[in-house]
Formats: sequence, C-alpha cells, structure tokens
Amino acid sequence: MEMERMNEFPHTQMDRRPAKKDLCPSVKNILLLDSEGKRVAVKYYSDDWPTNSSKSAFEKSVFTKTLKSNARVEAEISMFENNIVIYKFVQDLHFFVTGGDDENELILATVLQGFFDAVALLLRNNVDKREALENLDLILLCLDEIVDGGMVLETDASIIAGKVATHNMDADAPLSEQTITQAWATAREHLTRTLLS
Amino acid sequence: MAQPLVKKDDDRDDEAEYSPFLGIEKGAVLQEARVFNDPQLDARRCSQVITKLLYLLNQGETFTKVEATEVFFAVTKLFQSRDIGLRRMVYLMIKELSPSADEVIIVTSSLMKDMNSKTDMYRANAIRVLCRITDGTLLTQIERYLKQAIVDKNPVVASAALVSGIHLLQTNPEIVKRWSNEVQEAVQSRAALVQFHALGLLHQIRQNDRLAVSKLVTSLTRGTVRSPLAQCLLIRYTSQVIRESATNTQTGDRPFYDFLEGCLRHKAEMVIFEAARAITELNGVSSRELTPAITVLQLFLSSSKPVLRFAAVRTLNKVAMTHPMAVTNCNIDMESLISDQNRSIATLAITTLLKTGNESSVERLMKQITNFMSDIADEFKIVVVEAIRSLCLKFPLKYRSLMNFLSNILREEGGFEYKKAIVDSIVILIRDIPDAKESGLLHLCEFIEDCEFTYLSTQILHFLGIEGPKTSDPSKYIRYIYNRVHLENATVRASAVSTLAKFGAMVDSLKPRIFVLLRRCLFDSDDEVRDRATLYLNTLGGDGSVVETDKDVKDFLFGSLDLPLVNFETSLKNYEPSEEPFDINSVPMEIKSQPLAEKKAPGKKPTGLGAPPTAPASTVDAYEKLLSAIPEFADFGKLFKSSAPVELTEAETEYSVNVVKHVFDGHVVFQYNCTNTIPEQLLEQVTVIVDASEAEEFSQVVTKPLRALPYDTPGQIFVAFEKPDGVPAVGKFSNMLRFTVKEVDTTTGEAEEDGVEDEYQLEELEVVAADYMLRVGVSNFRNAWENMGADCERVDEYGLGPRESLAEAVNAVINLLGMQPCEGSEVVASNSRSHTCLLSGVYIGNVRVLVRIAFGIDGPKEVAMKLAVRSEDETVSDAIHEIVASG
Repeated sequence: MEMERMNEFPHTQMDRRPAKKDLCPSVKNILLLDSEGKRVAVKYYSDDWPTNSSKSAFEKSVFTKTLKSNARVEAEISMFENNIVIYKFVQDLHFFVTGGDDENELILATVLQGFFDAVALLLRNNVDKREALENLDLILLCLDEIVDGGMVLETDASIIAGKVATHNMDADAPLSEQTITQAWATAREHLTRTLLS
Repeated sequence: MAQPLVKKDDDRDDEAEYSPFLGIEKGAVLQEARVFNDPQLDARRCSQVITKLLYLLNQGETFTKVEATEVFFAVTKLFQSRDIGLRRMVYLMIKELSPSADEVIIVTSSLMKDMNSKTDMYRANAIRVLCRITDGTLLTQIERYLKQAIVDKNPVVASAALVSGIHLLQTNPEIVKRWSNEVQEAVQSRAALVQFHALGLLHQIRQNDRLAVSKLVTSLTRGTVRSPLAQCLLIRYTSQVIRESATNTQTGDRPFYDFLEGCLRHKAEMVIFEAARAITELNGVSSRELTPAITVLQLFLSSSKPVLRFAAVRTLNKVAMTHPMAVTNCNIDMESLISDQNRSIATLAITTLLKTGNESSVERLMKQITNFMSDIADEFKIVVVEAIRSLCLKFPLKYRSLMNFLSNILREEGGFEYKKAIVDSIVILIRDIPDAKESGLLHLCEFIEDCEFTYLSTQILHFLGIEGPKTSDPSKYIRYIYNRVHLENATVRASAVSTLAKFGAMVDSLKPRIFVLLRRCLFDSDDEVRDRATLYLNTLGGDGSVVETDKDVKDFLFGSLDLPLVNFETSLKNYEPSEEPFDINSVPMEIKSQPLAEKKAPGKKPTGLGAPPTAPASTVDAYEKLLSAIPEFADFGKLFKSSAPVELTEAETEYSVNVVKHVFDGHVVFQYNCTNTIPEQLLEQVTVIVDASEAEEFSQVVTKPLRALPYDTPGQIFVAFEKPDGVPAVGKFSNMLRFTVKEVDTTTGEAEEDGVEDEYQLEELEVVAADYMLRVGVSNFRNAWENMGADCERVDEYGLGPRESLAEAVNAVINLLGMQPCEGSEVVASNSRSHTCLLSGVYIGNVRVLVRIAFGIDGPKEVAMKLAVRSEDETVSDAIHEIVASG
C-alpha cells in the first residue's frame, strides 16, 4: 500500500493525538467537597478543565447548584455544561462523579456508589470531613484504586477498601513484631497527633 | 491590642472549621520532606509528609520545576523502605509529579524490581506507575513483563496491565498491538473486571478491522460475559456492528437484535439500560423493535432512584422526537414525574409530554411548567419554549393560554438566545394563527418597551410595520413605536421611523398624525434617523408636494429587495460616483426564479424574524423564497440545501416529472416539478403518493397538491417529511403521480365537466448522506486545515475493494461525501499509484468539514484509503466516517 503521499503534510501530531477513549465508559472527574464547597480531595481525568481556576469554577457551580437537593438517601443526578453529574451527600461531605452527556448514567452512579461505600468502610462509618482529612492518605489511595486515567478500575466497595487497607509488610521483608493492624492503628494515631500539633 | 486577635483564633478552633491541614504552608512542608533523606527512615513520618504534599497539590498548589525535582529525588530514596503503606504513597507521589524523561530513568529500576516482586499489590501498582510515566523506548524494555502481567493469575495485576495498555495505545499503538494474543486470552478470564478491561483493549486494538470486530461480537454474544461493565461494552460494540451492517438488513431481521433484547432481562440495571438505549438509537428502528425497550424504560420511570428515573426519562424524551406514538404508553408515569423533586427530571418529563400529549392536557401542563420555569437553566427553558411552539401549531385552539405563557416568560429575566426563542415563537404563532395576531402584537409592543437587545427591538419594529397596519385598530401601536424614537439608541430609532412610515402609507386616516411625528424626527441627532424621516416625508407627501400613496410607494416600503444580495453588493462597489445615478436594474439577476403556478393569497408573505439569507446566492435563494412562501413550511427553519433536480420520468413521456430535494434541519421537502405534455388533457387534483416504507426515520407531514396542471404549464407539488432533528437520515421513497384527468377540446380550450381518476408510476427517489453536505470550497486548504486544528479530528483507514481505476475510486468517494474538491485534487494523474484528495464542505447544522484522503492502489486494483476528517464538532467528524463506512 502506498500511503507516502500522506506524509507530504507535516501533520505528525494528528495520529498521535490522544483520542477519545473509544467506546469505553469514562469518568471525567471525581470530587469530594465539604459543606462549603471546599476541596477535600478531587481527581480530574479529562482535559475539559485544564487550569486550577477552571476546575474550581466547575466545582463551585456544581456545588452551588446541588446544594439544595436532598441527595442523602439516594444518589441524585443533574446536568452541567453538557456533563452528567451524579452526587451523594453524607454529613458535611459532598461526593460527585462526572461523565460526558452520552455516558450511561447508571455506570457513573455505580462508580459513585463504589467510592462512597469504600470511604465509609475505610473510615469505619465515621464519614465526615474531619475524619476524611485525618485519613486523607486512605481517601487518595481509594481514588487511585477506583479510576485510572478515566477508565473504571473497580466498583466493588469492599474490594476497593480491601486494596487500600492491605497494609501487611512486604512479603520479602521479615515479619514485624507487632501485628499489622496494631501497627497501622498506631501509625494513624501518630499521624493525627503530628498533624494536630 | 493583641488580645482580641488571639481570642478570635481560639474561636476558630472551636468551630467546625477544624482541619488537620490548617495553616499548612508549602515552604514548611518542603522543609519537612528532608526526612526522606534520613539514613534511618521513619516510614510513618514519611507517609505523613507525602500526604501533606499531595494535599497541597490537590488544593491547586503548584511546585516550581526546582521544587518538583527536589521532591522527586527525595521521594526516590524511599524505595529503600519496605513499608507497604509508604510505598503506596510513593507511587501516588511519583504519578502526581509526572517526572521528566531523565528523572524517569532514576526510578525505572526500582519500579521494575517492584513489577517482579512477590507482592501482588506492588506489581499492580508498579505497572500502573511505570506505564504512566514511561516513554516509547523504555516501553520496549518492559514489554515482556507487561505481556506476562496481562495473563497473570492475579486479577489486580492483569487489570493494571490491561488498563495501562489502553492508555499506552494512544501513544505507542504499534507496541500495544503486539499484545493482542495475550489480551485475547485475558478476555476469557474468569475475573469479571479483567474481562472488562481486556475487552476494552482488544476492541481498541482491532477497531479499524470491521471483520475482526464483527467476529469478536459474534463470539462474545454467544458466550458468557461476567461483569455488567463488560456486558455494557459488548452492547456498545454490538450497536456499532449493527450500524455498519445496516445496509443489508432489507431482507429480514436485524442481526444481533435478539442479543440486545435479551440484555433487557439482565439482572444489572446498567446493562438493561444500556441495551434499552442501544435499541432506541438503532438506525430506522421499527415500533416492534422499540416496544420491549420502552417497556423497561417505563418501569425505570417509577423507580425510587433518581438516577434511574433521569436516565429513563432522558432516553424517552429523545425517542419522543422521532416516535411520539411509541412513548404515549408512558404518559401516566411521566405525569407523576412533573412533580419530581429533581427539576431536571421534571423538565424532561414535561417536554416529553408536550410532544406526546393530547389537547385536553395542554392547560394543566402549562400551569405546572409555570411553577418551575424560574428554577431551570436557560438551555432547558429554550427546550420548553420550542416544545410549546410546536404544541401551539398542533393545537391552534389553545393559543390563548400558550400565548399568555410566552408573554409571561418574555417579561422575566433571560439571556438573548432564550428571549429570541420566545419572540420567534410569538411571531410564528401570529403568522399561523390569525386569532392570535392582535394579542401577540401587543405582547411584542410591551416587550420592546423594556428590551435590552437592539437586534430583537429592530426585528420586532419591522414586523410591527408589516402586521400592525392590517389590524382593526392600527392607531394603538403608534404610541409604542414613537416611544422608541425618544428612548432608544440610533439603530432602534431609525427602525422606528421606518415603521411609522409604513403605518402612514397603509392607513390614510393616520397619515396627518404620522407626518407630525416624522417631522419631529427631522431634528434627531443621528444622520440615519434624519435621512429616513426626510425620505419618508417626501415619498408619502408629507412635505406638501402632491404624491399619491400609490403602488410605487408601497412597493418601496414593503417590497423585498428582489436582487441577489451578492450581485447587488458588487454592483454598488463598482459604481463610480458621477452624474448618472446608480441604476438598480443594472444589477445582474443571474438566477432564474422558479415559475410559480399557484398564486398565493396576498398577505401571506414570509415574515419570520430569521436573519436575512446570507451570501451564497444561487438557486438556493430562489428555492428559499419559493418555500418560505408556503405557510406549512414556515416553521421548518432555514433551508440547508437543495439538490439538483432528479428526473423521475423518461424523456418524452406524457408527463414529465423531476424532483428537487430540499433539506431542512428536521424536515425534508420534495418539490416535484411536473409538466403535462398532452394538449388534449387537463389534470386536476394532482398529487404524488409517496411510499416511505424504506425510509423509516421519515414521516410524512404535509402534502401540497396541485389544483390544476394544464398543458405545458409547469407546476409544483410539495411533499414534506419530518425526520429526526439534525440527523442525516437516509432512505428510499417510491412515488406515484395521482390525478383526475379531463379531456380538453383543443379548438376551444374548454375542458369537459367530468374527469377520470388515474395514476402514473414514477421512478424511485433516494435521500442519501450527501444531501446533508453543502459543497463549499476553501481558497487555501492547508491554512483552513491548520486553523481547524486536530481537536475534533478523526482518522481511519478503509479498504475499497477492487476498482476500475484510482480515478474512479476517487470520484466515487467524492460523490459519496458530496463535498467540494479543493486545489484541483479531484484530478488523478494517469497511472499514478497513490493520490491525495482534499475536500471541503458544510455539514447539516452549519458545521464546516475538511477532509483529506490518501488513496493507494495495488496490483490487483485493490484500492485502500486513509481518511482524515477535521471539523468543529467531533460528532460530525464521526458522522463523515460513518458515511464512508456504510457507503
């Protein structure tokens, strides 16, 4: 096949451009905000919001427009700027998952539920802003295990929480004297104290 | 002085505003990061510092290049620690820092070691980190491990490798494509998510090979797919295969429809919904195919979960645009959603009901909409306004409540697009429903009293000038118009002066008073306003000279500028100021307007507020004029394209008929140009019976038969079809000419009293993809291509099979796309083995499209091409590929 003539034009970037991820379901962002709309932890997977100010503006608009809704029992849904946003609130925490307007709403809802329940498991049902910030490492690892670059990695909350909480020592390392859970509990306590001081 | 400050701080601590990161500072945390360099690592403390760094990044803080490099090098030291928690944080940190190529080398060996660790958690995460930060050269080194990982027995490891593969395919396709054997194996995995990720990757590897995709779908739809996500993917791939094989479905059932229908009984809601949505989006879906999908969506409408209700009502709303009847069964469930707490669901429910509901429910619906109009966004409001407009045309008797609704929302806050949608709707109602005229005009008058949009004010004033004088009491509008002369900017004032003049010309009793008002305008501060006032006073005779308000004046005031605007502009530019005045008759007409056989009733002139037709003056202008003179077609919007006439009869037959296809956004109008070539016959009640059974997306809405077709006097019959908005629907139509024929005495020209009904078979007619594309060239293709950018570019390769010659293949593709070849690229040099063709056009929805095609031909005349499409809209780019894929 002779395709050389195609190369007469200097358009090398056109074949390398990161294309839309095919037909795979994709998540554009996951947001965890507090009751004033401030970030607890956010993760963006799409180029739709290239700067921090555009991200903040999106968060502000989504937060304000969903504030009055009652998303505490069942997840709620709305559309913003041609995106679907699914959200659920607990205590002073607001969870959001965003996808494109042609995305299957129920897939996005499953991602949200996975995140929401995994956080509840990791925080032992004390889900509020204070607890979330004190265990921010767990929240960040949790986000990392749910979606990778927009692709859904896992939606089962217990598996996600399980992956985040696997804190046994490296298999190659000698066993520590403490049991793993003890060690981790101490670590967390310690972290809290340091952060408080 | 210090006391109150401290106190305030104490207060703050007691508030819920507590945060472990309160008062955190980048500089201090960067200092803390020095602990990473300690010879005796404190894993816990290191984890805390990383968490703080990640917190800062998450809050939008940025590190300078130097800071990032320092942190990165410090973090690499932490690979010495064997604490698994710390290692996880290290992975996160490296991903967030996105190190440069020379930095990547530093961590490569550590990560490769982790990739081969005994700890599954390490392996999975190390793969994801390494693939995220790697470049092509490094990738070849680790390729072997990745291939192993794909088939690893630990699902987390396999998924990590597969998902990384999906990302890498965008940047290093040639490498990832080599993994297809392993990926194929992973598709058979018993782990649900591994199967999902493998399926996603395998499809992307093979997406340009239609046969392979079709095989994949065939085998998987028969087998078992474990995860609901994978099942959703399979449904998407199946729909794609169905779309691409749509051409050979004439014979019987649609392939794979049974699979989609089976998915409606899946246990996972996401799968049920995906399948239902896929069915509603099938090309030319039949009502039999739709029914089971509508049934499950209807069940979702009464779910306790808002997400499910939203998904269902949104899908049904789309279906209602094309198949309103199919959705009527859900009306009762929709009604209950009007009071849904979620406003998006309520709006979608109401607009669906407006499309499917009956006359008796209109007023109740209007009341309910009024309750929440203020809560919803402008774009939703426009949807409601448009739904109401079409509802009003459907049920003209209900105009009063609908008009009231429109005028109420016109008074409320809103942006230009929203206000324009309302004004356009009122204008259309005034034009089409005579009873609505007076109240509608008054609503518009009230609106311009307080209208911030100059464009809308001038358009309404123009409209008032035409419609106002024809009402029972024209004088009541004068006050509103003259108020504009006092209170507005110069553009609106000039408009108001013209409108006043029109009243003066049409209503003799008002003339003296109009003269008084116009004379006051002679002192306006603006030239244009004064000039217009002087001109009109002169033409109407207000300056004392004796001028009759006769036909000439009225023509001048009301007549449309019967010239191709482009020609007019050129002539004016070429005119050199001299003794001789500019002669408007010197403007070349160039276009020949179609003869109008049927005389329209006077006063039925097109009066919509649409912007004046833009530049491309050609037969399109003539067609546009012809069509807009027909009230039934008035709300079809702007004419997008008119085809060249297609002959439906052989030459020299009794009746000669050709057809012109007029494409609108949501409609297609067929204009049958008929000529009766038999002197002894007079045809009456001439119409065309169109069978659209092979054009499922089209439904016939209007037929304009021809009352009489005498010998050798051409006449037109129009048949209009509705089709999904903006969708390039295609189909075949068979045509039958039906009429009453009467014998004519050729000596006297008298026709006999009684006629005989007869029919005459015409050729078939097709609406093809190219009908939705305007041939519009560009002067400099390369510039245009560059300026368009690659944001919405789509590239794909196609095999065209054996062809007569390269030139023949090039022509076939150009005709298929209906685009304008640029830079002479349609000409293929003889004996050349490859050719690049540059095409330009405007696709329906006014989206500019540029296409570059590289053709190649090999020995046995097999032609292949690489098609690159750029446009302003990626869905359009996709649509162009679809034209080629299904052509």
